[in-house]
Amino acid sequence: MTAPSLRRIGLAVAAPALAAGVALIISSIVLIISGSNPIDAYSDMFNNAKKLETSVDILNRATPLYISGVAAAIGFRMNLFNIGVEGQYLLAAFFASVAGGAVDLPPVFHVALVLFVAMTVGAAWGGFAGVLKVTRGVNEVISTIMLNFIAVGGIIAWLIVVWQDDTGQVNSGTTPIPESGRMPNLNSWVEVFTREISKGRELTGVLLIAIAVGILYHLFINRSRIGYEFRASGYNPFASQAAGIDSKKMVLTAMLLSGAVAGLVGMVEVLSENFRFDQSFVKGMGFQGIAVALLGRNKPVGIALAALLFGFLNASAGALQVGGTASREIVVIMQATILLAAVIAYEVVNRLRQKDEARTAAALLAESAS
Amino acid sequence: MANAIELIGITKRFPGVIANDNVNLAVERGEIHAVCGENGAGKSTLMKILYGMQPPDEGTIKVNDSEVKLSSPGDAIELGIGMVHQHFMLADNLTVMENVILGSEPMKRGIIDLDAARQHLVEVSEAYGLTVHPDDLVETLEVGERQRVEIIKVLYRGAEVLILDEPTAVLVPQEVEALFDNMRDLKAAGASIIFIDHKLDEVLEIADTITVIRQGRTVATVKPDDVTAHDLAELMVGSELPSPQAGESTVTDDVALRIDSLTVHDADERSVVDDVSFEVRRGEIVGIAGVEGNGQTELINAIIGTDSPRSGTISLFGADITHASVGKRREAGLAYVPQDRHQEGLLLDAPLWENTALGHHTRPPFTKGIWFDRVGARERTEQIRRDFDVRTPNVEVPAHALSGGNQQKLILGKEISSHPKLFVAAHPTRGIDVGAQAAVWQDIREARFDGLATLLISADLEELIGLSDTVLVMLRGKIVATLDPAEITPRDLGAYMTGVAVSEEAS
Repeated sequence: MTAPSLRRIGLAVAAPALAAGVALIISSIVLIISGSNPIDAYSDMFNNAKKLETSVDILNRATPLYISGVAAAIGFRMNLFNIGVEGQYLLAAFFASVAGGAVDLPPVFHVALVLFVAMTVGAAWGGFAGVLKVTRGVNEVISTIMLNFIAVGGIIAWLIVVWQDDTGQVNSGTTPIPESGRMPNLNSWVEVFTREISKGRELTGVLLIAIAVGILYHLFINRSRIGYEFRASGYNPFASQAAGIDSKKMVLTAMLLSGAVAGLVGMVEVLSENFRFDQSFVKGMGFQGIAVALLGRNKPVGIALAALLFGFLNASAGALQVGGTASREIVVIMQATILLAAVIAYEVVNRLRQKDEARTAAALLAESAS
Repeated sequence: MANAIELIGITKRFPGVIANDNVNLAVERGEIHAVCGENGAGKSTLMKILYGMQPPDEGTIKVNDSEVKLSSPGDAIELGIGMVHQHFMLADNLTVMENVILGSEPMKRGIIDLDAARQHLVEVSEAYGLTVHPDDLVETLEVGERQRVEIIKVLYRGAEVLILDEPTAVLVPQEVEALFDNMRDLKAAGASIIFIDHKLDEVLEIADTITVIRQGRTVATVKPDDVTAHDLAELMVGSELPSPQAGESTVTDDVALRIDSLTVHDADERSVVDDVSFEVRRGEIVGIAGVEGNGQTELINAIIGTDSPRSGTISLFGADITHASVGKRREAGLAYVPQDRHQEGLLLDAPLWENTALGHHTRPPFTKGIWFDRVGARERTEQIRRDFDVRTPNVEVPAHALSGGNQQKLILGKEISSHPKLFVAAHPTRGIDVGAQAAVWQDIREARFDGLATLLISADLEELIGLSDTVLVMLRGKIVATLDPAEITPRDLGAYMTGVAVSEEAS
């Protein structure tokens, strides 16, 4: 391997390393100010993560974050800021739960129906913002934020009462999905390599869906013709239009696809954990997905690493609480500082790389001149 | 005589290029100093360094014989250096006076002192012989007048050294003469002028001293009396001067593009293209001349399909494409070189092979079923790199790393190598160096020889006359003259473009 290419790899690794370092320093300062010992806190987090059960927990938490990150990234690649992943996944999970609880089908078909409903509802809600943008020029940031409110505060809040399961529970929710509509866990797959997973932890089968989403995202964006049109529109909409790429169609496709993927975000909860949509359904995944996509630079593998990191931090919150070494809120501060540091680090490294390119080109020119 | 400005050993590197390599330039007080060179030679970079917009990597700048450090245009203005950019920076909806004082308003008790401003403006314009009306709205002014406002803006801020970046590029010949009169007056009043140009006859006419830059290096500083235009050109290019001669006629009877009574309206429902009809045949180059803003852009947009006409028809080899999508027209054999390659022609952050595919990505070698053919795209790009002499280390570099001329060669290469039937080229050599310009002309000529029908829109009158088989003149949205390029001069053409002369055919 030659020296310049080593240097290039070095630069590529430098950005996340730099970001992590800065985030650690800032978090340590915050921990010290709040009266905790940072070293104790970090060692608690790592010791906890070493446990098999925690690893399963991290994967379970990373799965929806990854899907959410991909949903956001699809928009980002076209310079569309889909803030609406939040509303899209919640609405999708709600309708998918209702549909799953209302029917009785053979196992595979039952799960497929839930997934189909989730993707369709997500796509429709995302497509709504897309239609508003291409026909009326409504900025997608505004429309998706508003659609989030309509979805959560309007449709779900209203229908969850209308359609609630009449078991008289305090926490009103939809009818639970029967056994046939649940995703089997992957514990037996993991246990081939490890000891038995205890404490009733189950590795979600939705992980497989997330992996499939990642592969399809890669093939679509980087390998397909329409993916090329997509990226071209994102790079330069004017040039793309002059080249015969219909930008309106691209915007609409992006919002539909982003919404369809967003629809899958809630599936861990619906198919593997809770089997119904109730008042305590996990929220905020859509916004965390934006952070994960930014941190992962919209790349399939990058988003996966970012999702694992955020999953690890989320999983650590409990350990810190239980261990009493720090308050669980430190995790949110760490996520925010990592993101901020990453954005800055990417920019710094980008400038270094450009300088590098200039030097290389200058050397090339000098060589050819002599 | 003392030097107003001296640049010594200036070096500036950008990603992928050395823009300036040990450049030296000395401007005496009270002289008109021309800086010539091909585009991409590094003139604009040098001027940006002198105006404090970019710091040099190496070298020193002296103003009035003392060394200075410029970290912003504010520093340069402080030292009496002012710059008039090629693209005017005026607010259309403000008056001349408001534009001039913008950013340096004289204040009295927290309120703009309009009387003082007006007085100062009148003093400046009289001292330098530049006539403007302070209360005219800028949007009502002609291009030449706007330029005068830009110059006054600079003088108003106390500039004694003026940098004019390609001031004649936007002017018709008559306006150029007015500008040169203004420049002589400025010089008589004691100002020093550095101006960038690559029209050699203009340089020889107005300059006291000429510095030639080639590939980022100063190659010569000469007096206009000692050199001919031919000598200058050789200094600039380092070889013989190319000329856009189209050669023998290859025009056939086969009509490729037919425009019939085409009318295009703008957002305010004004006819910006007004009842235009013409034909382009296979093997023919039809040139469209016109001062910018007379409907050429809208005409192009209607032909390529990004704008839809109000009435009239456009047909390609007999097939009506008036309302076809851009994609359909592309697939029917339309190729297009846009007037602004950064805005409309390139994906600047994408590698070259992704750029090559743009506009042709629905056909081989760029596509294989539903997949984008990365191998085919890279091969085609390599081929274009060889055939069209695109200078780049490899095809993986992003398009922004190439110089303007090489970007243009890439665009031309990707369009011509797609075997088009109709070629719409808007300002194909704007802002590129003489070497690349010659290559572009050669490519267009070869394509014409192969039977391509070409519509050429250009502001370079020599290019229009040299390449075209027929020249149409557009004025206020109408075709006002159809001319034979063999019988006209750029001066004649300028007269038609400004409406001074009226074509016999049109009258």
